[in-house]
Amino acid sequence: MVRHTRSLTQIKYNREGDLLFSVSKDHVVNAWYSHNGERLGTYNGHVGAIWTVDVNSTSSLLLTGSADNNVKLWEVETGNCLHTWEFKTAVKRVAFSEDDSMALFVTEQRMGFPGTVAIYSIENDVDAKQSDEPITTIIPEGSKAMVSDWGYLNKYIITGHENGAISQYDWKTGEKIKSIHPHTDVITDLQMSEDRTYFITSSKDKSAQIFESSTLIPLKKYITDAPLNSASITPIQEFVILGGGQDAMQVTTTTMRQGKFECRFWHKIFEEEVGRVKGHFGPINTIAVHPDGKSFSSGGEDGYVRVHHFDEDYFKFKYPEL
Amino acid sequence: MLGFDISRLPQTEDDIDFSDIESKYQVPYEEGFDTIIVVDNVPIVDESKQDKLLKFIKKIFKNAGDIKENGINMPMDADPATGKLASKGYLFIEFETPEQASLAIKNYDNYSMDKTHCLAVNRFTDVEKYSVIEEEYKEPEEEKFVEKEHLRSWLTDPQARDQFVLYRGDDVSIFWNKKAEPPEEEHKRVNWTETYVQWSPLGTYLATFHRQGIALWGGPSWNKIIRFVHPGVKLIDFSPNERFLVTWSNESISLGPNGGIGSPFGPEDEGHQIIIWDVLTGNLLRSFPSSTSTDGAPNKITWPMFKWSPSDKYFARVTPKQQISVYETPSMGLVGKKSIKVEGVEDFEWAPASDKKEKQNASDKKNSEEMLSYWTPEIGNQPARVTLLNIPSKEIIRTRNLVNVKDCKMHWQSNGDFLCVKIDRHTKTKKSTFANLEIFRVLEKDIPVEVIEVKDTVIAFAWEPKGERFAIITTNDPNYGQSTQGVRTNVSFYYLEKPKPGKGGDKVSTANFKLIKTLEKKTSNAIYWSPRGRHVILATLRSTAVFDLEFWDLDFDTIGDQKEGSKNDPAASIQLMSTQEHYGVTDIEWDPTGRYVITSASFWRHSMENGYSLWDFKGTLLQKQLLDKFKQLLWRPRPKSLLSSEAKKKIKKNIRDYSKAFEEEDALAQTSVSKELLAHRRRLVDEWNAWRKRVEKELAEEKERAGVQIIPRRYDDEKVEMIEEWIEEVVEETEEIVED
Repeated sequence: MVRHTRSLTQIKYNREGDLLFSVSKDHVVNAWYSHNGERLGTYNGHVGAIWTVDVNSTSSLLLTGSADNNVKLWEVETGNCLHTWEFKTAVKRVAFSEDDSMALFVTEQRMGFPGTVAIYSIENDVDAKQSDEPITTIIPEGSKAMVSDWGYLNKYIITGHENGAISQYDWKTGEKIKSIHPHTDVITDLQMSEDRTYFITSSKDKSAQIFESSTLIPLKKYITDAPLNSASITPIQEFVILGGGQDAMQVTTTTMRQGKFECRFWHKIFEEEVGRVKGHFGPINTIAVHPDGKSFSSGGEDGYVRVHHFDEDYFKFKYPEL
Repeated sequence: MLGFDISRLPQTEDDIDFSDIESKYQVPYEEGFDTIIVVDNVPIVDESKQDKLLKFIKKIFKNAGDIKENGINMPMDADPATGKLASKGYLFIEFETPEQASLAIKNYDNYSMDKTHCLAVNRFTDVEKYSVIEEEYKEPEEEKFVEKEHLRSWLTDPQARDQFVLYRGDDVSIFWNKKAEPPEEEHKRVNWTETYVQWSPLGTYLATFHRQGIALWGGPSWNKIIRFVHPGVKLIDFSPNERFLVTWSNESISLGPNGGIGSPFGPEDEGHQIIIWDVLTGNLLRSFPSSTSTDGAPNKITWPMFKWSPSDKYFARVTPKQQISVYETPSMGLVGKKSIKVEGVEDFEWAPASDKKEKQNASDKKNSEEMLSYWTPEIGNQPARVTLLNIPSKEIIRTRNLVNVKDCKMHWQSNGDFLCVKIDRHTKTKKSTFANLEIFRVLEKDIPVEVIEVKDTVIAFAWEPKGERFAIITTNDPNYGQSTQGVRTNVSFYYLEKPKPGKGGDKVSTANFKLIKTLEKKTSNAIYWSPRGRHVILATLRSTAVFDLEFWDLDFDTIGDQKEGSKNDPAASIQLMSTQEHYGVTDIEWDPTGRYVITSASFWRHSMENGYSLWDFKGTLLQKQLLDKFKQLLWRPRPKSLLSSEAKKKIKKNIRDYSKAFEEEDALAQTSVSKELLAHRRRLVDEWNAWRKRVEKELAEEKERAGVQIIPRRYDDEKVEMIEEWIEEVVEETEEIVED
C-alpha cells in the first residue's frame, strides 16, 4: 500500500484488527482496512512529521504525536480532531493505557527542554472535554526516553532509553522503580505482549530482547546482523518478528542485498531464526502484528506499508517432535 | 621563597643538613675507579730497575690514552728472602677517562711485553668484583625438566577432523570442523593477536603478531611455546620443515641506550630489518638488512624475501638486477662464500621436493643437490633466459633463451617434476600481450622443453597438486586490468598425454601436454585445486557483481575401473558438479585433506555479509555462518603422511570396510546431536510454559483483587477464526438473495 510519500514511522492495528493506522513523516495519518488494504480515510491536521499513533480499545479514539510538538486526539469514525495538546518539543511516542483511561506521551529532548514522559487522563467520550493538565510528568535522568508503554492494570510504565537502558516507573509518583541496561545502543521499539506480562525491545545494537514486565528480568535474546528498528510478538504461533536494516543515511551507498531490509522471523522460545520475508526497498521502521495473529504489516523507510497474510503452512508450522 | 622562616635559620654551618645535596652529588664507588686498570704479569724487579720498567710501561700504555700524572703505581714490598724491596708483579695505571682505560684493556690485554711476559690487563673494579666471589663452587640448581606438550595432538583426533583458526573482531578461536553442525570451539582468546594469525607450514604452531614480536602457540592447552622479539614485526615466513622462522619489520633494529642488553640483538644487528630464528630454541641465528638496489635505494619488499629450499638446508634471496644470495643452514653463511652474480636477474624459485628424487638421494648421498630456477630479461643483445641451477654445486643444468619477453612467471609443479614458465609477450602491435607456456620436463634426460602457445592473456595458472594436469584462465577482453567489472574469461585444462608404446616396445618420447577442454565465456578469475588434486574450484573473486563458484571434477567417470574410456576421451571425464554463489566472497581455502572447502568474506576487504561458508568437495553447502567483523579463517595444515605408499594403497583397496565404520559413526553422532537439540528445545518450551503459567496466574489474581473483569484471551481459539471466515461467505449469500 503506497499512500505515504515519506517514510513510515509507526503502524498500529486496532483491537479487532480490522483497521490499520499508519503514520509517516509526510504529516498524514492513514486508516486502512487491514484485510484488503483499502484506505478508509486520512486524518489531516498535523504540520510536522508524525512519529507515533495509538488507538483505544473500542476503536473510537486515535492519538497521534508529531514533530510539530502536538498530540492530537481524533475521532476514528469521522476524522474530527477532538483535542490538541501542545508541548515544547516533538512527541515521539503515545500510548493508551490498558483501560483507555489514560495515555502517556513521550516528548523529545531538544532546544534546552528535557525529554519527558507525561501522563494525561483521557475521557473516552467523543463529546467530553479533555484535560490539559497532566497527571504526572516524569523527567528521566541520564538518557532520554525513546519509547514507552503501559504495564498491565496500569501498575507502572516501561520506558526504553537512548543509551539502551530500560526503566520501570511508577506513573503516579513519577518515581523510578527499576532500571536495567541490557542494550548497548538506542532502543528503537518496545511492544507489549497481549496480556502485557512481557514485552520485546529492539535496538540499534542489532539485538532484540524479551523481558518480564514486572521484574524486568530478561527472558530471551535475539541477535541479528543488522540494526533493528522494530520488534513484534505474534499471537498463536510462538514467533517474534524483527525488522530493521542499516541506517537510512547509508542506504544510498549500498545495494539492497546488504541493506538487510527483510522482516526476520525468529522462534520466540528457541531464539533461532526461522525465516525472512523480503519486500522493502529500505529499512523497515515499524512492524505490527494483527491481534489474531493471522497477518502482519510492516512500514518501511521506502514509504510502503506491506500487509502480509500468513498462509496455511505458517499455522501448521511446528518444530518436529514437539 | 615560600615557607622560608627567617627566624629559624640555623646557628652554624654544622647545623645545616647537607645530606640531600651530598647524596645527589655523591661519586659512585665504581664510577670513581673506572679510570684505573690493573696490569698483571709484569716482570718482578727490584728498586734499581723500577724506573726503567715504569718508563717502559708508560711507553706502551701512552698509546691508549693520557696517563694521569703519577698515575702509575707499582707496589713494592720487602722480599722475605733477601730483605730487598721488590715489585710484586703487578701495577696500577690511572687514565684521564674511563674510555681510555677501556681502550687500554682492549688493546693490551694479552700483550706480549717480551718472550716470557704476557700482560694481563683488567679493570680495577673487575678485580675487586671477582675477588669477592665465593671460593667454593656451588653447583647451579638443575632446572626441572618439564615435558613439552604433544604438539601434534590434534592429529590424534579419533574422527580425523580438521581444525581451523577463526579471527573475528578481537577474538581468535580454534574450531573443530564438524561438517554440517556448528563447529566445536576448542580454544578462544580475546586479543590473541594484534594484526593477524598464521599457521606454521606443518600446522604445529600458530603464530600471533604483536607490537613486540611474534609468539608461537600450540599443544592441547594452547600455551605459548616460544617468543621472538622483533619490534614492529609485519611479515613472517617459516621454513618448509618449521625449523626456521624469518621475520621482517619495517623498523630497523636499534639497540637503544642500553646497548641492547636484555634484547636478543647485538651490535651487529643494528639497522637490520630481517631476522632468521631457530624455532626450537628461540635463538637469533642471523639478521639481514633489507636489500638495496645498485643506487642504494631500498628495494620494494617482496615476501617471502628469503625463499627456502624444500629441505630447509638452503635459503636464498634475490637482489633484483644483481645477484642471488644462497645461504646455508645451520651456519647461516653464504654457500661458497659468495653470492651468485647474475646480471639482470629478476626472480627465482626453488624446485619443490620430489618424491622420486628423494629416493635417488637416499641411495646416492653425494647427489644431494637442490635445484632452483631463475630468469633474466633481455639486456642489450643478450636474449632473455631461464636457467636451472643446482645448489650447492652452482652447476647450470639447463638454460633456455627466449625472445620478445615482457614478463616471466615460474610455476613449479608440487613434486618438482615440471616447471612451467609463463611468458608474456607483446603482440606485434605492442598493444596487447599474449602468453607462451614453456614446460620443462625436469625428470627426463636433458630436460626437454615443450611450448604451448596461448593466443590470449593468461591471468591464472595452476598445476594440479602432485598431478600431471594444469588449468589456465585466459582472456582476450581488452578491458582486462582496467575495470573492476568482471571480464569474460576462458578456462582450459591440459594434461600430459602418455607416450604410446611404440613398435617393439621402444619408448617414443612423445609425451606431450594436450588440451583437454576449454570452458568458454566464464567470469572465473581464480583456480583453486584441491590439495589432493582431481577437484578444482573456479571462482570469481574481487568482483563487485559476480560471486560464482564452480566445483569441477576432472576424473568424473573414472571411479571404478573405466580407465579405458577416460583414456580415449579425457574431456568426457571433466564434469561440473555444482555451481554456487557466495555473496561477497574474498577468500577460498581447501582443508588439508581436500574434503571440505571454506569460502569467506573478510571484513578486511569489505563489510558486506562478512562470514564464511563451508562446502564439501562436491559443492554442497554444509553451513553458512554470518559473523560480524569476520576477518580471517585458516585451516590448520597437516604434516606429511607417515604411511608408505604401499600402506596407502592397501587402505584404498579396503576403503569400503573403513568407510562403513565411519558412516555408522556419523549416523550415530547425528542422532545424538538431534536428540540433544530436541531435549534442549523441549526444556526451553517447558520453561517458557511454566513461566507463562505462573505469570498468567499472577495476573489473574491481581486482576481479581483490582476488581477488573477478566477478559478472556481473544482469538486464540480455532473456532473463532473459522467463524470469521464464514462471515464473508454469508455476505455473498445475501447478495444472491437480492438477485432472487
